[in-house]
Amino acid sequence: MKFYRSHILIGIDNTSLEAGVKEIEAALRTELDKNNLSDEINILETGSFGYFGTGVSMMVYPEQTTYVDVKVEDIPEIVEEHFLKGRKVSRLILNTNLLKKYNFNYKRRIVLDNSGKIDPENIEEYIGLGGYEAWEKALINLKPEEIVNEVKASGLRGRGGAGFPTGLKWSFTAPIKAEQKLVVINADEGEPGTFKDRLIMEGDPHKLLEGLMIACYAVGATKAYIYIRGEYKLCIERLEKAIAQAKEYGILGENIFNSGFDLDIMIKIGAGAYICGEETALIESMEGNRGEPRSKPPFPGVKGAWELPTVVNNVETIANVPAIIKNGAAWFTEHGVEGCTGTKVYTMMGDVNLPGLCEVDMGTPLRTIIDQYSGGMKDDRKFKGALVGGAAGVFLSDKLLDVKMDYNSLEEYAAVLGSGAILVMNDDVDMVEMLWSVIRFFRHEACGKCSPCTKGNEVLYTLVSKFRNGEGCEEDLDQMIEISQAMLDASFCPLGQSLIMPVKSAIENFREDFLMKIK
Amino acid sequence: MKTLADLKKIREKAQQEMKLRSSNTRIKIVIGMGTSGIATGAREVMKTIMDEVASRQLSDVIVTQTGEKGLSSMEPVVDIIEEGKPTITYGNMTAEKARKMMAEHVVNGKLVNDYVVAQN
Ligand SMILES: Cc1cc2nc3c(=O)[nH]c(=O)nc-3n(C[C@H](O)[C@H](O)[C@H](O)COP(=O)(O)O)c2cc1C
Ligand code: SF4
Repeated sequence: MKFYRSHILIGIDNTSLEAGVKEIEAALRTELDKNNLSDEINILETGSFGYFGTGVSMMVYPEQTTYVDVKVEDIPEIVEEHFLKGRKVSRLILNTNLLKKYNFNYKRRIVLDNSGKIDPENIEEYIGLGGYEAWEKALINLKPEEIVNEVKASGLRGRGGAGFPTGLKWSFTAPIKAEQKLVVINADEGEPGTFKDRLIMEGDPHKLLEGLMIACYAVGATKAYIYIRGEYKLCIERLEKAIAQAKEYGILGENIFNSGFDLDIMIKIGAGAYICGEETALIESMEGNRGEPRSKPPFPGVKGAWELPTVVNNVETIANVPAIIKNGAAWFTEHGVEGCTGTKVYTMMGDVNLPGLCEVDMGTPLRTIIDQYSGGMKDDRKFKGALVGGAAGVFLSDKLLDVKMDYNSLEEYAAVLGSGAILVMNDDVDMVEMLWSVIRFFRHEACGKCSPCTKGNEVLYTLVSKFRNGEGCEEDLDQMIEISQAMLDASFCPLGQSLIMPVKSAIENFREDFLMKIK
Repeated sequence: MKTLADLKKIREKAQQEMKLRSSNTRIKIVIGMGTSGIATGAREVMKTIMDEVASRQLSDVIVTQTGEKGLSSMEPVVDIIEEGKPTITYGNMTAEKARKMMAEHVVNGKLVNDYVVAQN
């Protein structure tokens, strides 16, 4: 039998066949021949290695080096470096360490602590893990004021974008005497790239219900709505199931636990307009009207849906409430930083190795979020910038990689946490294109009620398109900032008011990208 | 209408059942059935695993579903939970991979390293 110093195993499966494994194998044979290595190195075909990377993978024995995503162009380098010189081609090596060490951060999770662990369609699993203990404690042992105070003391701030203190919001509505008060859960989740609320609702629907029940009792609401976007079919299905189960178990309904407290929770389905995530437009839409914002005051907490005092809170905000009531405000403040307690759920997108979702303490720097919880930069590329907070967010440059991610720290840099969407971009990304797509989004979503926003978005779109077509000039940049500033001053609602953030930050932090497009 | 005492009973029963289940169960297989998981084929993976459990008559294995844990780019994700061992997370699962995982890991106790994406 012939003796080979090395064996190369090539994985053959549908993915690799599609990626042209046969040509790559042929190229490898030719290249080995060319270097007179065919007698020393053996090529074998094998089944799928099952790596998540797409394309062609090969494993080299005896050293067991695995190369992934190999292309025909890579073959000469592999043969020369690995088989002639004995040096591994590190850029093609599968980085399994990264994945084996992947950190879900379960120990610090608050809102997603059950997600990925329990069966969301089985109320008993939730109860068995201590679910509805907070509800029981609230209803039986605590007065509504005590709950409001506990939430105030916890420092919980709204996770829907604005970061308004939740306990304070509740304290405006709680003392109002009214025949009926409402709590509405904002599950519209319209911010591009954000899907954290979806994971909470489909992974642990009872947590949202429990938080909502506590909120209702605290402010004296006997009716609650979950306003949810229609695309979230699985969430709707699981929430409906969860509501039915809670009723069946007597956790929800009339005279709950003989306390005399009645509560009904209903689901309202939205049609997917971005503006309907804004609380007053959401209320209009709930009432069956066109989704346009109302002027504030009166604030919804005083006069909201059907003129009733209405507390509107985001899904993630409310999902924090059971843990606060069960473990106390002091426990909650051990998470996060001063002025910004608890955790934050981020949706990670773009050029990271493991896009998806993570829940980390407030105040965790962007660098840590990328490196430890998202697998680092994809292909070890250089970080160029990140769009933080969704479309109505800010383009951050690498200068802010170490800034703490919380409402207060980011405010110092005129940035926002927003809904927690983070789009990571490598040095290949053209910020002109990015800003163009953000403005295109706003131009499409402006509701048409006021002209500064409707017209402003049109003009911004024309100007940014000029750069795309190589027709822009420096004055256009100044004009774009000026227009966004005017929109901030004159638009009716926060949608039009927020263009200043992406526009100004893109132009100031990545001016080079725009100048490069000037002919 | 249920009373507080009833809730307490349910809680104890649920905890008891969970304990009982874990003492009778050698391995718990948990499949991520969130939107991303289902969109990438989690239902088929789940069905394959159930079929394997049935055809191999594995009485000490339970199969359940859960939501998404955050590793969206690796869905469908399957967790193998064994008492006293780290939880093994398999990613990018297919029916075929699930069959291999059942034969090698669940039956013979050997990890299918190639598919493992996390150990916690
Ligand atoms: C254009 C626009 C879109 C919004 N979209 C959402 C949304 O999708 N989900 C959400 O929770 N809040 C959204 N908000 C914020 C809400 O108006 C409101 O502040 C929030 O629901 C309050 O809940 P919180 O205090 O718990 O954050 C949006 C605001 C604006 C101006
Ligand atoms: S700012 Fe834009 S979204 Fe808001 S009311 Fe005016 S047109 Fe509508």
